[in-house]
Amino acid sequence: MAIKINLPVSESDIRKLKVGDLVLLSGVMSTGRDAAHKYIMENHPDFIRKYVKDSLLYHCGPVVKQDETGKWHFVAAGPTTSIREEPYEAHVIEEYQLRGVIGKGGMKDKTLAALKKFGAVYFHATGGAAASQGKAVVDVLDVFLLEELGVPEAFWIIKVKDFPVVVTMDSHGNSLHDKIKASSDKVADKLIGD
Amino acid sequence: MTFDKEKMKAAFLQQIKLAATSLPQETEKALILARDSEEKGSVAENIFIQLLENVEVARDQAIPICQDTGTHIHYIYYPVGMREADIKEAVIEATKEATAKTYLRPNAVDPVTGKNSGNNIGTKNPQFHFHQWDNDYILGKLMLKGGGSENVSTQYKLPDTKLHAGRDLEGVRKVIIDAVRNAQGMGCAPGVLGIGVGGDRGSSFITAKEQLFRDLFDESDNKEVAELEKRLFKEINTLGIGPMGFGGNTTVMGVKIGMAHRVPASFFVSIAYMCWAYRKASVTIRPDGTVEYKN
Repeated sequence: MAIKINLPVSESDIRKLKVGDLVLLSGVMSTGRDAAHKYIMENHPDFIRKYVKDSLLYHCGPVVKQDETGKWHFVAAGPTTSIREEPYEAHVIEEYQLRGVIGKGGMKDKTLAALKKFGAVYFHATGGAAASQGKAVVDVLDVFLLEELGVPEAFWIIKVKDFPVVVTMDSHGNSLHDKIKASSDKVADKLIGD
Repeated sequence: MTFDKEKMKAAFLQQIKLAATSLPQETEKALILARDSEEKGSVAENIFIQLLENVEVARDQAIPICQDTGTHIHYIYYPVGMREADIKEAVIEATKEATAKTYLRPNAVDPVTGKNSGNNIGTKNPQFHFHQWDNDYILGKLMLKGGGSENVSTQYKLPDTKLHAGRDLEGVRKVIIDAVRNAQGMGCAPGVLGIGVGGDRGSSFITAKEQLFRDLFDESDNKEVAELEKRLFKEINTLGIGPMGFGGNTTVMGVKIGMAHRVPASFFVSIAYMCWAYRKASVTIRPDGTVEYKN
């Protein structure tokens, strides 16, 4: 059974989550990927603060369309690979009081330590399932730096409804990615041999 | 013989739409096999169910399967007497329109200025590989390759001291296993591996990517290579990386190995990792105006 979480969410609720939990997320968050992390580290923008505090940053570069009234809609919106943000994410979690990030592929030790210290989790969304995920984005509230960063890299402020994710790194120091890496390394070492 | 430019553009537009929104039947079949190989009620099975649902939504509603509509790799075979530039122009116009229609995400970023061109057109974008042939029709093959899977693609040179991989097929086997274990779930596993053995650094990677145009369930004409493909397919699927790297019985859906003669000093092995959203489509445009699509 999936756990339903409404955003913004409290630190204590986030700390209840464990690796392997299936979660349906609802509420407001911001997208932010490579150029967004660079921009955050250099400019510490205030415009996303109220949207991401006690909420999430989603590693996603969507396909969007604009209707005749000028309103934006998400067409396809799956996660991008998170590991590229490893050098920055711990800082972003601390500065913006995030309760987590959504991405794919998992992250490493520096982020895992920040999740534990500040009370946040890594939510894994299924890569390549973008058509379904686009449907879970029910509203686009705003967009920042669209012109400067382009469609995939802009900060999109979105509202999601029952967006499906799995907790793969929790606030207790556990990572599914580390576990699978260790077990697959054992098999690979044996296959490769001397 | 003449090929109408507007008709060509319409045909390429339909090809792009198919590639971006409709997963090839053979890949869907492989995903169904993968789903059925997982334990009932497991996270891995759940992921495959989600992937297959997404494939259906994307196809029914003409929505991109994945928001990363990737690098557009076009292989185009055209008859003697035709201008390459006319075909190129038709593809470029079709690409712009496909972007406006949101079959494609604007994906061409200037690496110097950081600016996104907004329409997928840029230096070396889309990517063209033109070949003139003796047939009287045009065959266009298109693959959309996402950035996540491209980032875990890699190249080895043999010998590799750390892996004890020598300059033979056994060495080739070792580095391929190493590449998959390093990729984990980051390239959107389960992947399909296109492998280039030999060549120089450039042709080795091109050979690897070209293998991804092969049919998913075919095997190499070279008996020794076919054996290696089968062995690696079995062995890699014991790694337990599974869909998205969550653990499971299917880590790759196919291993496709091609070769290019090498110089004595070099022995490259290139691994082009393709994500599960293995998007490709081909179009045939005949001089009488008939058009056929395959994907």
